[in-house]
Amino acid sequence: MAVSEQTIPKQAAQPSRWRQLWEGLSIVFESKIAVAGLVIILFWIFVAIFAPLLTPYTPTEQDYTAQNQGPSAKHPLGTDSLGRDIWARLIYGARVVLIMLPVTETFWLPLGTAIWGVLLGLLVGSTLGLMGGYLGGWVDEVVMRLLDAMMAFPVVLLYMIIIAAVGASATNVVLAIAIVGTPGIARLVRSLTLDIRTRDYVRAAEIRGESPWYIMFVEILPNARGPIIVDAMLRVGYAIFAMGTLGFLGLGLPPPSPDWGSMVAKGRQYILSGSPWAALWPSVAIGSLVVGLNLFADGLSEESTRYQ
Amino acid sequence: MTTMERTHAPILKVRNAAISYETRHTDVEAVRDVSFDVHRAETFGVVGESGCGKSTVAFGIVDFLGPNGKIVGGSIKFQGQELVGRSQDELRKLRGDQISMVYQDPMQALNPSVTIGDQLAEVLTVHRGIPKPEAWQKSIDMLDRVYMPDSANVMKRYPHQISGGQQQRVVIAMALLNNPALLIMDEPTTALDVTVEAVVLDLIEDLKRDFDTGIVYITHDLGVVARVCNYVGVMYAGEMVEVGSVESIYANPMHPYTQGLMRCVPKLGATKESSILYPIRGRVPAPQDRPKGACIFAPRCDYATDRCHNEKPQLRQLETGHSARCFYSETIDAGTWEPPAGLVPEFEADVGQEDGREPIIRLSEVKTYYEQESKSLLSLVGAGEKRYVKAVDDVSLEVPPNKTLGIVGESGCGKSTLAKTIIGLETPRDGKAQFLGFDLTVPVSGRDVKLIEELQMVFQNPDSTMNPSYSVGHQIGRPLRRFNVVPKDQVRDEVVRLLNAVRLDGSYYKRLPRQLSGGEKQRVGIARAFASRPDLVLCDEPVSALDVSVQAAVLNLLLEIQRDYGTTMMFIAHDLSVVRFFSDYVAVMYLGHIVEIGPAEAIYAPPYQPYTEALLSAVPIPDPTAEQKHIRLHGTVPSALDPPSGCPFHTRCPRRDLLPDGGKICEEQIPQWQYNSEEHRIFCHIPLEELRKIEPVVTSD
Repeated sequence: MAVSEQTIPKQAAQPSRWRQLWEGLSIVFESKIAVAGLVIILFWIFVAIFAPLLTPYTPTEQDYTAQNQGPSAKHPLGTDSLGRDIWARLIYGARVVLIMLPVTETFWLPLGTAIWGVLLGLLVGSTLGLMGGYLGGWVDEVVMRLLDAMMAFPVVLLYMIIIAAVGASATNVVLAIAIVGTPGIARLVRSLTLDIRTRDYVRAAEIRGESPWYIMFVEILPNARGPIIVDAMLRVGYAIFAMGTLGFLGLGLPPPSPDWGSMVAKGRQYILSGSPWAALWPSVAIGSLVVGLNLFADGLSEESTRYQ
Repeated sequence: MTTMERTHAPILKVRNAAISYETRHTDVEAVRDVSFDVHRAETFGVVGESGCGKSTVAFGIVDFLGPNGKIVGGSIKFQGQELVGRSQDELRKLRGDQISMVYQDPMQALNPSVTIGDQLAEVLTVHRGIPKPEAWQKSIDMLDRVYMPDSANVMKRYPHQISGGQQQRVVIAMALLNNPALLIMDEPTTALDVTVEAVVLDLIEDLKRDFDTGIVYITHDLGVVARVCNYVGVMYAGEMVEVGSVESIYANPMHPYTQGLMRCVPKLGATKESSILYPIRGRVPAPQDRPKGACIFAPRCDYATDRCHNEKPQLRQLETGHSARCFYSETIDAGTWEPPAGLVPEFEADVGQEDGREPIIRLSEVKTYYEQESKSLLSLVGAGEKRYVKAVDDVSLEVPPNKTLGIVGESGCGKSTLAKTIIGLETPRDGKAQFLGFDLTVPVSGRDVKLIEELQMVFQNPDSTMNPSYSVGHQIGRPLRRFNVVPKDQVRDEVVRLLNAVRLDGSYYKRLPRQLSGGEKQRVGIARAFASRPDLVLCDEPVSALDVSVQAAVLNLLLEIQRDYGTTMMFIAHDLSVVRFFSDYVAVMYLGHIVEIGPAEAIYAPPYQPYTEALLSAVPIPDPTAEQKHIRLHGTVPSALDPPSGCPFHTRCPRRDLLPDGGKICEEQIPQWQYNSEEHRIFCHIPLEELRKIEPVVTSD
């Protein structure tokens, strides 16, 4: 019987998974902005991973014969007030931000502090947002009003309160980033959920008698992923900025670990005495990484909405 | 009406127009080789399925193609002046205020923050420099001419304060204020309810005569074309395949595509047999897949020969004013066409031997209300007065097994709420509902898995019926796993079997929804609904978002699956012709009430409930020779928050005068059910003897 529409064959073959992945990535390359952002991000990831190979120094090695020097052949970006190589401190500092989270002295997790902070925020924020958006009613009221109350605090103040309460360490910075990021993520996920929950496939799941958790995490969440990923990119940028701020205020990683924010704070006093390098380079590092993530997120969201 | 001589020069003359869109990879030829003329006081209908380029033609005329669209060939002459190849400034001067456009959604054409009067008067003050008071008066006159009730007051209102049909009338009035030579209407009634549509179509018909305007009318609905157009161009895949007068095209379609379209449009026939739909096999090719140097319809044509696949036919005149783009127009005859084997499922005489069996589902006096929060301060603390939207009010019905009950009514009549109540997404306030011995007044979260399994649903919107994140196989497999329909290791085989049942092959298992067409998504949705082998399937407008040729295939598929699985169905639709074809029983709903229910044949023949009669006479019939009664409902559907007393329909009922003293009883008392036969009952005060005297609405030969 031929009541069908497929008498005219569609595409010859089903595209493979790799092909689909490649097509997804090719969206990134359509946008010059996204590519520029990606180049900056990949640069920092690269130097962070290969830090020991890219410099002969360790980040804590002091050279009292060479203090507050400008760039030279021996020290490509110069040295700080204790004679430590700034390039070495910078790229080892990037490790903490992007590729490793030191939990104790000897134990560390892959992925950086900023990324863990955002991931934890995503986990909590998405759950709260899904509950508020899908369950509605008093759950929504309670959750959203609590988050509103949190959003009433200035961000920097909130960071300081949290760190002051739990103490300065990499894991606590993760905690602070997650807590501060949660309300924004929850609001975003809630608004996406309010839209997606009206789709027929959600109704179909309800009619099948699926549990609310199944509907929230299996039916709704995957379809909100686009905006969430873009938002997360931006948030990693904010988190890096926040880490810089905390470090600058002395609430970041304890010295002598290479922390970009505290590097700026330390180098600050020598700017006027003619050695701006120790403050300049970490500022550039923070700025470039934040801008890179912003460009990437912007390009991604622009391209993904244009061809939907 | 079309015997008028076409002697004057046409107002719009399109010759071999070709329009392309630039995309990321290549240029897409959206329209090619389109030619037609539009004369004054004449409506030219452009009809075709979605994606065939009919809106592109309209936008090409006014050059609203967007940054990536351009006219790449041919000529478009407006009042003798060439429009192609001119700059925007020159075009603006040429068109001046001589071309107006009316779009599908009136709410998007009107500025929600400006009163209707200001918006209308602005057209005259800005374009013509007419002083405000005069412009205001002219606007009122124009509203009167589009039959706007209470026009002076409407001028002071904002767009959201008037109904959709009235909004569209305002848009039409605005388009006519400049007295344009050409009016382009792009699906102007598609978003409206059928009774409102009928009134707007009447208006368009009158305007053409009164204003001496040429109208280009774009629509997908062959019934609408038959009602308002003088000449028709049928478009397929970016080409015009047939052009001619309405009478001649409907009486004697000469292109195989037009013939196919006519066969797959549901007609408001008198019997179920005459309502059988024959889908066109295959599907409309995407622009980049269109055959080049060959007949564009050849891959789907029943008459195609080698010549069709190797040579491109030209549009040639076959009779005066009737041309078609086919090599064999003279030899093919729609009258002698036989459906190829298997195109439509065979329908056995009927499963009628099981008549008298216990109904599978029985609702009695079901009421579903939505609570309306009043905005007062008192209600914030929970002490305010609660008001209710009576979405479903006192509905009783029953459906025998293996039968289909069609539920029709306009938007807002409560048919979707009724479906939600049955399926368990809304909880009724009152009433009894039984299905296979289960209580249906329990919400779905409290229902037994056995009940959930037996009660499934097919949805309206093909784009949201499938979760875009998962493959087809996964989504059909989910109910199989959840309800343990088959052992875990056989799920995949069962999914493939279900795919085959909806005429999709196993290769669809791994596809994602975005790789499917609308019709295919709808098939997958049907497969998912039937996966748990339910006893009752609710179909909520399952074909209203599909093109006619696909619609026919999906409807036939549903009928076939129903036959194979022995399923009972409830079929919710606004389209009375589709319901006619599909259902054994029909219930007509108005404002939360069922006003008439019975076997389909009985509904479509007298005695009618007055609302049913009005609905039937509003349905556009794709046959310009059919005689249809002219009953138009005035006013709008009252709010379900505050429904009329007595009979809910009394505020708009055209038959009230059949009762003594103008139907005072209708306002005072709720009507009693009158039984025309054991199964057919009517909710009306007018005695059945009176209703029986009424003529049938449609008489066609």
